[in-house]
Amino acid sequence: MAKKLAQIDKAVCVACGSCVKVCPRKAISIWQGLYAIVDENRCIGCGICAKECPASIISIERLEVGA
Amino acid sequence: MKKPWYEYMWTVSALYLILGFFNILFAWLGLLCFFIPLIISAAKGTKAYCNKYCGRGQLFSLLGKKFRLSRNKPMPRWMTTKWFRYGFLTFFMIMFIQMIIVTVLVFKGARGLSETVKLLWVFRVPWSWAYRITWVPAWVSQFAFGFYSVMLTSTILGLITMILFKPRSWCVYCPMGSMTQLLCQVRLRKYEQ
Ligand code: SF4
Ligand code: SF4
Ligand code: SF4
Repeated sequence: MAKKLAQIDKAVCVACGSCVKVCPRKAISIWQGLYAIVDENRCIGCGICAKECPASIISIERLEVGA
Repeated sequence: MKKPWYEYMWTVSALYLILGFFNILFAWLGLLCFFIPLIISAAKGTKAYCNKYCGRGQLFSLLGKKFRLSRNKPMPRWMTTKWFRYGFLTFFMIMFIQMIIVTVLVFKGARGLSETVKLLWVFRVPWSWAYRITWVPAWVSQFAFGFYSVMLTSTILGLITMILFKPRSWCVYCPMGSMTQLLCQVRLRKYEQ
């Protein structure tokens, strides 16, 4: 099944948490103060986080997820 | 839904900046938002300060979104690189150390107290109206002027990038944010060993 999901470029994430605050599905968390991670089961690919991210490193992509 | 208390930390940040216009000694309180984030990161290995409590990030978010003061455009790529981020951190720390040196010189009596606030590391703005409690040692006041300069300068930079780019653009190159993330990295590496 293909699903729209938020993809975060970990290498440049500053772990500011702006994305966490705006996600309507509480799908994002900051891992160990290093970078943001997306819970694929919760994310609905709405793109709100991508608009919010000050570093503009979130993209919404169509991805194959487990059947 | 009721907002948790920490969502109102922006009022503390705003109040801090305002108080510095009335009495410069309030600037000392700023040390709290210097040490608390570092302590959280060192002790817990998280950026909880940035993610929850930081009033400055909230203030930019509020001004940029609610008050629509932000163009909401992506930052230029070079500004989101590690080079720029750590470069700015280095520059910021050098300026910070310089401020400490000036404080020490005043303490030793080698320099007189300068009742000014230095904006953007260049412009000296007369600030003597906020120099009210004059009986404290001169170095105490000098540090207050210096520290307030750092806080006001970074707020101005943050406001400029808030207007030009996304509301919380400052968080991309904020020295506090960089330092707490570095601490988390170091901590994790130690933990993994
Ligand atoms: S908003 Fe962007 S930079 Fe900040 S934590 Fe989320 S992905 Fe990382
Ligand atoms: S795309 Fe929407 S649901 Fe998915 S993480 Fe971003 S804000 Fe949350
Ligand atoms: S990066 Fe700086 S301004 Fe942004 S939330 Fe963290 S400490 Fe606050």
